[in-house]
Amino acid sequence: MANPVSAAAPSLDYGRIAREALVTGLVATAILGPFIGLITVQNMDHQLILETRWPLLAALIAVIVGVRVFFSLFVWNRAVKIKKVAPARVPFKIERFAAPFFLGLLFCYPIFVLAGLGAGGSIKWIDNFGIQILIYIMLGWGLNIVVGLAGLLDLGYVAFYAVGAYSYALLAKNFGLSFWVLLPLAGILASFWGIILGFPVLRLRGDYLAIVTLAFGEIIRLILINWVDFSNGYAGISGIPRPTLFGIPFNATDKGFAAVFGLEFSPIYRTIFLYYLILALALLTAWVTVRLRHLPIGRAWEALREDEIACRSLGINTTTTKLTAFATGAMFAGFAGSFFAARQGFISPESFTFMESANILAIVVLGGMGSLWGVVIAAVALVGGFELMREMDFLKMVFGQDFDPTQYRTLLFGAAMVAIMLWKPRGLISTREPTAFLKVSKSVSGSHVSEGHG
Amino acid sequence: MTEPLLTVRGVKTYYGNIIALKGVDLDVHEGEIVTMIGANGAGKSTLMMTIFGAPQAREGRIVYAGTDITRMPTHMIARMRIAQSPEGRRIFPRMTVLENLQMGAAIDEFAHFDEDLNQVFSLFPRLSERAHQRGGTLSGGEQQMLAIARALMSRPKMLLLDEPSLGLAPLVVKQIFDAIRELNRSQGMTVFLVEQNAFHALKLAHRGYVMVNGLITMSGTGKELLASEEVRAAYLEGGAH
Repeated sequence: MANPVSAAAPSLDYGRIAREALVTGLVATAILGPFIGLITVQNMDHQLILETRWPLLAALIAVIVGVRVFFSLFVWNRAVKIKKVAPARVPFKIERFAAPFFLGLLFCYPIFVLAGLGAGGSIKWIDNFGIQILIYIMLGWGLNIVVGLAGLLDLGYVAFYAVGAYSYALLAKNFGLSFWVLLPLAGILASFWGIILGFPVLRLRGDYLAIVTLAFGEIIRLILINWVDFSNGYAGISGIPRPTLFGIPFNATDKGFAAVFGLEFSPIYRTIFLYYLILALALLTAWVTVRLRHLPIGRAWEALREDEIACRSLGINTTTTKLTAFATGAMFAGFAGSFFAARQGFISPESFTFMESANILAIVVLGGMGSLWGVVIAAVALVGGFELMREMDFLKMVFGQDFDPTQYRTLLFGAAMVAIMLWKPRGLISTREPTAFLKVSKSVSGSHVSEGHG
Repeated sequence: MTEPLLTVRGVKTYYGNIIALKGVDLDVHEGEIVTMIGANGAGKSTLMMTIFGAPQAREGRIVYAGTDITRMPTHMIARMRIAQSPEGRRIFPRMTVLENLQMGAAIDEFAHFDEDLNQVFSLFPRLSERAHQRGGTLSGGEQQMLAIARALMSRPKMLLLDEPSLGLAPLVVKQIFDAIRELNRSQGMTVFLVEQNAFHALKLAHRGYVMVNGLITMSGTGKELLASEEVRAAYLEGGAH
């Protein structure tokens, strides 16, 4: 970690790769061991007996370690163009421990809930809290590319979410294509619409851009309402096919997930599957964002946010830079949208109102523009907070039976917004992580060029 | 004499219906430092921006290294290795010094960033001390150094500087002008400098032009213009600083 990696010839540290692969294997064993390796089945006398599936477990762990080594060798190694250095510069940082902890928590969340509440009671917690919050985190991270990085205020982001959702719903129902084919397709279609929105607004900034994007979001929604032949209008689309696990559906039939894996049927499996699916999609969004910030296009986005004229005079094509920002942001909304449609099984224009755009934007702005962590915190607080309000039945004992805490949502939302803008006007997390660091040798003086690099 | 690196012929630029440049002719040869002096509102910065294609000239021709760049978009002009330190510096305030410099190397996708970093750091050692500081927290002089250094990161053949001395203390102005002279002497960098600080600019430049109300009224070597009565009266009133 402390080794400065030269930009010219990235050296491979095989020892480190091996160590990391070993750790990955151990973590995979610890997590998968109990769930994959052990299984309880009923025998003829309806008694539970414990069976083992070591070969399957070993295969899965081998795949995970293999992927890890592959990434170490070919992907992460090459992408590091500008080296991370100066270990002394970054002293103790909470972020270093926060990320693994947070990830671990996310991975184990359904397991904890399941263990604590059993299959029946945990659906609500995994679905309403876990999946719902993760959808908003993903949308926040996607919008963060457009608003936080490229500085293009977009009030119609939900339009791309709708494009993704309707793409999946219509193509899956009418052509019977599978979720896994349509997920990338929905992303492509949404980013295509991102470019369509991008073209007319290329010359706009700030308030004017916000108004046009707001109108765009409304146009999409109104089309979905009024073009009944296409989208079935207000009635929406129901009976949208559910996603499958490599062709195994989550239903009660003989070919369903439960039957194939010898489990008793329960809707909880689908919920858990959807949870990990949206978790993977959200992490993909974050990973792409982090990577892109170190690549020319991501840097161009940030420079564009800072000063468009300076960008042009440095030879950056601001047209393509803006369009890629719109397209990339829209793509992730498209992914999230198709996931949303697949999870709900029913969509209608009601789900894609301006209020949704405002919520997502509020998550990005309150969290701190450009900050991935800020988005997480804001999404947990806003979405999770609202869901928690539904649970506060005890308040009825205080305020009477007619009291419904959810009615105060907007009030609290506004109050929180005002409070944050007073105390943290740049959002909860306003620090920006730099993407470039000096090599140790360089910080001494510019005249020391005999260090053997370059 | 060889072809000039930059030729401006009969350039007229308008802001709406208001004419800002009324037909400007100008040559910059390779390896030269050429300055353009003039009062506020004379059109110096407009000329600079017209060369960079924003706004574009309504009439006339601008030829750089044999290519007509009059109608090119700004970013394409920049990719022809003309770099600019624009009016008001326009550094990226929330990005660090290092990131600002990196953006200067954007047209080659940061390919020669490491080598060039040493060069600009030896030209402006102050920047290496500030490498991890955010651009917006630098002092005015350091920001100007950063703007020039960022322009240099694109390995330009020609450097356009718009009022690098604006709002800076005399000592800092001297540092910056020394750096420009050094760049020209050691690397043969062609520099086109727009300045209000006529005395320093004319002392530094090989040749100079005087612009009044969108027209070039005088031209000559730096020494000639410094000695000229009209220039002294109009731009050096109060004596040399």
